[in-house]
Amino acid sequence: MAGYPVSRPFTLGLSADHRAAPLIYGVTGLLLLATVLQVLPTVGVLDSRYFPPLTEILTSLSSQLSSADFWSALGSTVSGWLLGLTIAVIIGGVGGILIASFRILDRLLSSTVEFLRPIPSVALVPVAALLFGTSMEATLLLVVFASTWQVLVQVIYGVRDVDKVALETARTYRLGTVRTIRSVMLPSLMPYLIIGVRLAAAVALILQITGELIIGTPGLGRLISVAQSSAAVPTMYALVLVSAFLGVLINSGMRMAEGKVLFWHASIRGDQK
Amino acid sequence: MKRLGAWAFFTFAVPVVLIIAWTIASETSDTIYFPSPIAILAVFPDTWFSGAISGDIFPSLSRLAAGFGLALIAGVGVGTLVGMLKPLRLLLEPIFELFRAVPPPVLVPIIMLVAGIGDGMKIAVIAFGCVWPILINTVAGVRGIDEVQLDTAASYRFSGRLRFVSVILPAATPQIVAGARQSLAIGIIMMVISEMFAATNGLGFNIIQFQRLFLIPEMWSGIILLGLLGVGLNAVFKIIENRLLTWHVGLHAAEK
Repeated sequence: MAGYPVSRPFTLGLSADHRAAPLIYGVTGLLLLATVLQVLPTVGVLDSRYFPPLTEILTSLSSQLSSADFWSALGSTVSGWLLGLTIAVIIGGVGGILIASFRILDRLLSSTVEFLRPIPSVALVPVAALLFGTSMEATLLLVVFASTWQVLVQVIYGVRDVDKVALETARTYRLGTVRTIRSVMLPSLMPYLIIGVRLAAAVALILQITGELIIGTPGLGRLISVAQSSAAVPTMYALVLVSAFLGVLINSGMRMAEGKVLFWHASIRGDQK
Repeated sequence: MKRLGAWAFFTFAVPVVLIIAWTIASETSDTIYFPSPIAILAVFPDTWFSGAISGDIFPSLSRLAAGFGLALIAGVGVGTLVGMLKPLRLLLEPIFELFRAVPPPVLVPIIMLVAGIGDGMKIAVIAFGCVWPILINTVAGVRGIDEVQLDTAASYRFSGRLRFVSVILPAATPQIVAGARQSLAIGIIMMVISEMFAATNGLGFNIIQFQRLFLIPEMWSGIILLGLLGVGLNAVFKIIENRLLTWHVGLHAAEK
């Protein structure tokens, strides 16, 4: 690594291939999409009442960017997402380690987990709305319920994947509980935990926006539904664009974090051919 | 016999305890939001089995099937094409990633604008939400096909269709199935949301309606029904997956 002044193209972490060609193609593709979105409504192929040209969307986006409401909504969405994800990671992580470590817990709880996990979390929308009205806790409940399972299941797999021989070796060397967890369990758990967190992050964003959209808790989703009911079509598209960027940011941020945390792991090293 | 007893104990102990605890808790307190399972069970048949199966459950499920089916066809079709042609893939990958990153529920108001609030809107919403995981996974699956297999098919002069059916599709199936599993979860969410947002029938519509009318036990019966549907659809998916991928699992077990 040292001594090579390599300038890495900015790829949003979207592609494992860090050479320039994908970047050029990718940017071309996005530009083509932008052109299509601009031209089709302008020439009338798409109805501009429903599909406003891109410039109109961007104008409305820039007026959003200077409104306080927008920033407070974005803040609510991001903080709700982060809080929900954090709670889910804690519950899922601790629960997963416990379930996987104690066989009795595993046997007792697996049927309950297997039944609760596929329950679509949007089924809880009415309960959340009844209990919390339109305050942010309503959405938080949905986010936590949906994303905890992702972490829990991955952590269970991860703990089960810990090498038995390594564990016994640690015991023979009398490493103690703390060091055993830190240097034996954590390394093999980490890849699974990261995958769990990445999946949970995506699911959490979906449920965060869903809660805002349907229950009406503060956030981008509510702004979208307000824009929809006041027929402010370009604003609606602008907000959808913002939520898409939020999604891209979260996805690529998670993948970058994965690369940083798991730089030693074969799955990451294998990518850097 | 003893092992069967142990299995039954471990499988049902916690659920039974939970249900009993719920019953006792709600029978002894005066909360209206958490009716006891007995009350929910009492309204369940009247709520869902008298006309609701054909009037609500069937429309919901058929919209889900239509949307998911469309997404599967479009995702696998376009995904195969894009996966085979490198320039096309490089051109379109960022666009796919952008669309995939859109939280699918925000599509509901947009698609409503174009397609109204009928079945078409709901099917479109479900399909649009489901298509990206399938599409992206198909591209990845097709990309990962062994070159030797493709070369072999080319030297034997397999026709396009034969190559697709007997070389490309089987090789990409494990990835496609993984994408479809993600999509199914999204599809169920979209099915419910689209009905909660604007509908005149369907499960999501009814559950929200019960909530607004304060019919709490009925609302809970709907939530439980939705849960059962989620579990059921997941189980069906697992069966299909096992069927489709038996050869794959077997192959990998043999390689180990």
